[in-house]
Amino acid sequence: MSKPILILPCSGIGKPFGSIARDATFRVCDELRPGKTDTLCLSLLVMGDEEARNRVSSSRCIVVDGCPLACSRNNVERSASNIAAEFKVMDLLRENRGLKPREVTFLDEDGEKLSKLLADRIAAKVDELMEEPE
Amino acid sequence: MKVRPKVGVVSCSGECCGLGTLSRVATRLVLEDLRYDQTATICLPLFLAGETQEHGFAKEHPTIAVDGCGKLCAMKAITKYSNKPAAGVDVEAVLKEWGVEPPKNRRVLGTQDLETARRLAKLLADKVDEIQEAA
Repeated sequence: MSKPILILPCSGIGKPFGSIARDATFRVCDELRPGKTDTLCLSLLVMGDEEARNRVSSSRCIVVDGCPLACSRNNVERSASNIAAEFKVMDLLRENRGLKPREVTFLDEDGEKLSKLLADRIAAKVDELMEEPE
Repeated sequence: MKVRPKVGVVSCSGECCGLGTLSRVATRLVLEDLRYDQTATICLPLFLAGETQEHGFAKEHPTIAVDGCGKLCAMKAITKYSNKPAAGVDVEAVLKEWGVEPPKNRRVLGTQDLETARRLAKLLADKVDEIQEAA
């Protein structure tokens, strides 16, 4: 069986986009593709935790960023890992202009819709990656 | 009149377990409700990936590090790149002291978890007041 794919969201706290990235990641890891995916603390990785660095450098990673600052991508790249795919909440917002998430702490209806859409896309990418050789 | 400094509240928002979610929700409750005009925050990953401007955060604001677990990523990161935080909260240790179970679900907090988040937010708000009084 393939090693779980690591999904690393930015979990930004200032705007709803980081919350959507985080929520979608948990949907995939805990509900849609449990066992096939996992996550770990981005801050722990960046602070140089050896176990976190080993896991990231030996796994295929999907980064999920809320805003264009791309903190997840930038921080994961510093660990010299193989980023297999990248998702940006802003891309999803551009495709769904009618959805206007406003809440950060607890996602509102539009935030929930975007989280579900994003989670489905990430899950589809996980399936695709699982078909490919590691 | 004494000028009260805005206090920085920085959460680890760790993804490993529900403790990171608690740290994040409690922080947000302080920012948007309990002390909304007295506090500021920065995304920890942005702070970590950032440069001079981001690393100046804890120099501009006396800061509270809110960590989900004993690994204390927020406390260590702020100390390393900016300034020693004015205070720190280890949510895991606080929950042990209170005899409260950590959340089982890291995406959606249950009723008991939300009550814990509110209690943690009150603890953080008290720390904000203490820091402002001491400034």
